[in-house]
Amino acid sequence: MILSRQKPLEEILEYLNGEKKVFLLGCNGCAQASGTGGPEQVEEMKARLEEAGKEVTGSDVIDFLCNKALIKSRLRNKIKEIEAADSILVMTCGIGIQATAASVNKVCHPACDTVNLGGSRGEWVGSERCMECGECLLEYTGGICPLTACTKGLTNGQCGGASHGKCELSPERDCGWELIYKRLKDLNRLDILKKFIAPKDYSKMVPEPGLMSTSRWALEKTDAKEGS
Amino acid sequence: MSLRSTLEKGEFAITCEVGPLKGTDTVEIAEAAELLRGRVHAANVTDQQSSVMRLGSMVTSYLIKEKGLEPIFQMTCRDRNRIALQSDLLSASVLGIENVLAITGDLPSLGDHPQAMAVYDLDSVQLLWVIGRLNEGYDMVGNELKGKTSFFPGAVVNPGADTDTALDFQILKLEKKIEAGARFIQTQAIYDVDSFARFMKRVEGFKVPILAGIIPLKSVGMARFMNKSVAGVFVPEELIKKMADAENKAETGIQIAADLIKGLKDVCRGVHIMAIGWEKRVPQILEAAGL
Repeated sequence: MILSRQKPLEEILEYLNGEKKVFLLGCNGCAQASGTGGPEQVEEMKARLEEAGKEVTGSDVIDFLCNKALIKSRLRNKIKEIEAADSILVMTCGIGIQATAASVNKVCHPACDTVNLGGSRGEWVGSERCMECGECLLEYTGGICPLTACTKGLTNGQCGGASHGKCELSPERDCGWELIYKRLKDLNRLDILKKFIAPKDYSKMVPEPGLMSTSRWALEKTDAKEGS
Repeated sequence: MSLRSTLEKGEFAITCEVGPLKGTDTVEIAEAAELLRGRVHAANVTDQQSSVMRLGSMVTSYLIKEKGLEPIFQMTCRDRNRIALQSDLLSASVLGIENVLAITGDLPSLGDHPQAMAVYDLDSVQLLWVIGRLNEGYDMVGNELKGKTSFFPGAVVNPGADTDTALDFQILKLEKKIEAGARFIQTQAIYDVDSFARFMKRVEGFKVPILAGIIPLKSVGMARFMNKSVAGVFVPEELIKKMADAENKAETGIQIAADLIKGLKDVCRGVHIMAIGWEKRVPQILEAAGL
């Protein structure tokens, strides 16, 4: 799941400045779940753009815009509408926008900003987050991740900013280390907190070299299979 | 006498705080140094305090040192990664700065550049360990240095942590800081000698000198603000009432600070006066406290 947020109309109209006709493209995957690029939002966008004096030559919603082979085959039926347009407004995440731009010989404008999920890599009930740091510390912290539960990502314990068990960032947010302490106390494992946690190797948090050029790596492989 | 020798000889140490200003005007720093020289053993130079961008703490440390006031170079982990932290430590050493205080640092969202990216590549415990490595002549990954540092590293503790968990944690982290190399400790502001004495009882086995923090009260509003917004600071109602009833707020604030220092003299190894704009009144406070 990738979370996106629609850009303000003002900003989108700035992109479309000097253009009259636009084709709209939405995505039935994460963008629909985010409420930014599903069928409903594409219809809304059409109305808003028409109100702003633009002509919408056509639209489509594809599952999913991260799949280039699918984009190419689906848009074959829409070639006339796309050719009639000055550009395509792509209402999805950064991956979908890039995959569309790579598949279509047309200017692609982004309609959405992709939002950082703060370590969330999926939608589920609960507040656990994993930053994929490559050096799991959960053994020492009672199964609560200090990198995501502490706003400073401290690994050797609470800072002096906690107040009444809450983070200095906001009284709404629990201090992660307070939670860790309570958990370890319940488990009778407080001693483990005395261990000095050495500085993290942040190079492990960067995608591996094979994945460095693009995190679309897995998708490229899927595309290759479908294309063959 | 230097802070290090004062503490090593077991004498009562007095430190205070000099806050660099926003801009290049250093007149006030020079004035404060002039005034505090000889009255305190050393002065902490804050590092982008409260995440507000200002003149740097290394350069300011150097400036006061040149004026004859021994600096304690404060270093937070918020703004620099491990390369910059180590490099700045080497630079500070070359400038003749001996004391370093390692702290985590407030979040940028509390300051005047809330858009800033927070670093926290290292934390305060790790930074203390790194200082120890540099003192031994190696960088943190084991490369040999050509010329090593000889820092006297310090750390902070917050005895007023307001939950049992947080207080237990402060003590546990203090122990880690000492193991990582902290040789002196300064505390958040203390307003209740009895509860501080209870804290000191809990850490008496640690054998590292602790300097109790003092923030002189300037007004009732300031006391209420700290109670509401500064983690771990608690000004008792009785002191707030004293300030409210006072005709001369400044004199009363100074007297309260002096009384606290007198009370703390037998409880810990020194005091750390954070005057927050009242640097010039520090000598007055010390005089009233009989120091």
